[in-house]
Amino acid sequence: MRKNLGGKTALIVVLLLIFVYGIFGTPAGVNLKSLGASMINPSAGRSGIHLGLDLRGGTHLILQVMVDEAVSAATDSDVGRLDTALKQAGVTGAVVSKPDPTKPEIVRVTGVPTDKTGQVRDLLNTRFANAGYDVSSGDNGFTVTMQASQAKAIRDRAVQQAIETIRDRVDRLGVSEPVIQEYGLGANQILVELPGIDDPARVKDIIQSTARLEIHQVIGGPYPDDATAMQALTTVPADAMLMHGSAEPAAPGEAPVDQVFELKRIPEVAGNDFRDAQPAQDENGRPQVSFQLTNAAGDRFYQFTSTNVGNRLGVVLDGQVREVANIQQAIRDSGRITGLDKQKATDLSMMLRTGALPASIHFLEERTVGPSLGADSIRQGVYAAVAGMLAVMAFMLIYYRGAGINADLALFLNLVILLGFMGFTGSTLTLPGIAGVILTIGMGVDSNVLIFERIREELHAGKAAAAAVDQGFAHAWLTIIDTHVTTMVSAAILFLFGTGPVRGFAVTLIFGLFANLFTAVFVSRVIFDAILRRKPAGAVLSI
Amino acid sequence: MELFRGINVDWLGKKWYFLGFSLIFSIAGILSMLFWHGIPLGVDFTGGTKVYVKFEQAPDSGRITQALDKAGLHDAPIQSFGPPANHEVIVSLPQSQTSESQLDAGRAKIVAALETNYVGAAAAAGKLDLDNASRGQITDLLTPSAGAQAAQQAAVAVANYRDTQKSGLLGSVDELSAVTTPANVATLKQGSYLSGFTIRNVEIVGPQVGSQLKKQAFLATIYSLAGMLVYLWFRFELIYGVAAVVAVFHDTLITIGAFSLTNREISLTVVAAVLTLVGYSMNDTIVVFDRIRENLRTRRREGLSAVVNRSINQTMSRTILTSGLTFLTVLSLFLFGGEVLHNFSFALVVGILIGTYSSIAVAAPMLVAYQDWRAARGKTASLPAGKRARV
Repeated sequence: MRKNLGGKTALIVVLLLIFVYGIFGTPAGVNLKSLGASMINPSAGRSGIHLGLDLRGGTHLILQVMVDEAVSAATDSDVGRLDTALKQAGVTGAVVSKPDPTKPEIVRVTGVPTDKTGQVRDLLNTRFANAGYDVSSGDNGFTVTMQASQAKAIRDRAVQQAIETIRDRVDRLGVSEPVIQEYGLGANQILVELPGIDDPARVKDIIQSTARLEIHQVIGGPYPDDATAMQALTTVPADAMLMHGSAEPAAPGEAPVDQVFELKRIPEVAGNDFRDAQPAQDENGRPQVSFQLTNAAGDRFYQFTSTNVGNRLGVVLDGQVREVANIQQAIRDSGRITGLDKQKATDLSMMLRTGALPASIHFLEERTVGPSLGADSIRQGVYAAVAGMLAVMAFMLIYYRGAGINADLALFLNLVILLGFMGFTGSTLTLPGIAGVILTIGMGVDSNVLIFERIREELHAGKAAAAAVDQGFAHAWLTIIDTHVTTMVSAAILFLFGTGPVRGFAVTLIFGLFANLFTAVFVSRVIFDAILRRKPAGAVLSI
Repeated sequence: MELFRGINVDWLGKKWYFLGFSLIFSIAGILSMLFWHGIPLGVDFTGGTKVYVKFEQAPDSGRITQALDKAGLHDAPIQSFGPPANHEVIVSLPQSQTSESQLDAGRAKIVAALETNYVGAAAAAGKLDLDNASRGQITDLLTPSAGAQAAQQAAVAVANYRDTQKSGLLGSVDELSAVTTPANVATLKQGSYLSGFTIRNVEIVGPQVGSQLKKQAFLATIYSLAGMLVYLWFRFELIYGVAAVVAVFHDTLITIGAFSLTNREISLTVVAAVLTLVGYSMNDTIVVFDRIRENLRTRRREGLSAVVNRSINQTMSRTILTSGLTFLTVLSLFLFGGEVLHNFSFALVVGILIGTYSSIAVAAPMLVAYQDWRAARGKTASLPAGKRARV
């Protein structure tokens, strides 16, 4: 073991330098302020330690993506496709509908004339049975059910799309280092962390807005409210729906009047049909958003409008009717949304450009830490860490004298490696993470104490210094592994289950334990060996 | 220096005292959980809204209640947070007033209620509340007189000074002359006022997340206990694992009992602390078990009780030292770590004390009790010495 001491010392020094670089990089100057700055504001090309939301202030959100809406949108378009296909095949009288709004994956075909049943079955089998649907025939029609795997694929895609869209929007807002990722275990939730956000309300609006723009045919209304609408219609047909909104943009200073319209359920233009959107002004200088359709959608829309001159169209944004207009002539590819203020027009056109969310979003959780609390937390956390570390170091010096210096050196190196590790991996330091650092200091000396106590026992048993050190390390080794494994298991479970601050705690704990294995066992040993080598054989060890 | 050397205490002879001690604390905790404070779960698990408000002057909770009442927020509990000198209160809205679709409506209402009813509408008339203003708002206020770019720089300077130097509350607008130009100070003086309170922290948890987190915390605790059991089973024998897990469960129960008795809220970070304790208090237990196994092998003549006593005494010095040192760091966290970490460090302080105690007073005696029980049923009395020999 005593061989190659020089090589081991060199290894320790090199590691020390590497990890110091990991913490600070190349600071602007060697004083407390610039060192601190380079530690938490890493320069380009170096990941560095990131401060968690609880230390720098910011907003943490958990969102639920209402994925069933995406499934519903998919079957909506199936209904449309099926309707057209049946008409083309000359089947009249058949009604394609979705009977149960809570089960969006089921489409029913009813009212098929008996002589056409075989033809419809063939059509359904060729079109749907091989494309992720189950087709079954019942007493009075057919049921087309989306297969679970297909529905799951759509749900998963909806979450991924929502993440992409939100990231796009947040990036355009200029938030630095946002975290946007899937959260939970398949519950279709998204975690969003926005550090340094000053104005959470607006950001939340922008994230939440689905920006789902659709154009529907208006077939009834306006009615002043739901009750009147139901009175006038008695029942809403399966292919129609009621929707609130205001037809006319409100005059300046007046609230828009809420009305109820009866719309075709299936939109004429939706989702990916939009090509571009810009904020603009209408003829009276009021802000508006004008949008363009893609070529294919434009052709379809042209077809529809040219056969429906005189009918009405509604522009629907996020489940609200925003514009209702008569079709005066065939329209190809542009439209507008009015009745917005300037900020809203800018935000909305940005959202339309970044694309619609595939489904609407609910907020499940929000935590906002004000910047002043973050600053106080850092101060107190660092204060507690320094106090705890000094107390431990002082105790080790008093209790183990010479060997105490050894333990304190190992402890210090432990801290450097822990922080350097975090710097290199770009880990996030949270307030519980600082607590984890403090705890690592306390637990770090555990291994030293285990070894030192064992060495003392061996010395009391009459062994020579060198042999006692040898035996002490050998005996303590397995116990040290045991204690590290148990704490590591706890920390790993915390890492798997936790988010945000708790995960930061787990990260520092895990890194700290690894660093401790190295410092307490390897570094301490090298220091002991170096001391023993200088002493004449048989000298007393200060422990 | 050396303490605890050559101690020779008959630990197992005191097992009835230990049992009594453990029972008193466990039962007190359980009774408190059942009949007194319940398990005081924090907003992380129950769901609801919590707004932490720090005031410049000592807050008057009666007036705050009135102010909220006027704004239609009835029966919102107001609790002071941290030492009285902090002037900080928590305004809570129960789950019923936290709707999932309008998550942050509660926060906005509380701020508005305090601005108009607590501070007084006269001060607020059309002016910017500088204690709660965002950088954007300060920039907007300064832009007409200072120009866009200078205004933005000044706003950042003002907000940084307020947040990092003054804990979010300015004593007077004049203080700002240290960080910005006299002209800007004059503009701010004219266009803004100091409400004397600031929102430090907002926690809004919907019911769905609350129950989800509850489930996760429960699962995580179970998994880590199971993980410990499996590891000790692998390293020693099943009975060692069972004894250790019972001891750790005992620690967890008493720690949570202490939260119930003192009516402290259990948050996510507290659960993290408890899970860490599960791993940490296993350390001491393992060290004692290790010695027991080693001694069982070398001293085959001695009875199990004698071996266990000897092993506890031999490892005593190490156990007290390591726990003591970890306790020292945790104590500094409890004393200096600030309000946010208070409950977290409380859990660690209690847990480390109990965890050390339980590895001596619960885990080791259980091994002896198990052996006695086997002997009473006429089975072989020797405790298995383990799978691998250690030198």
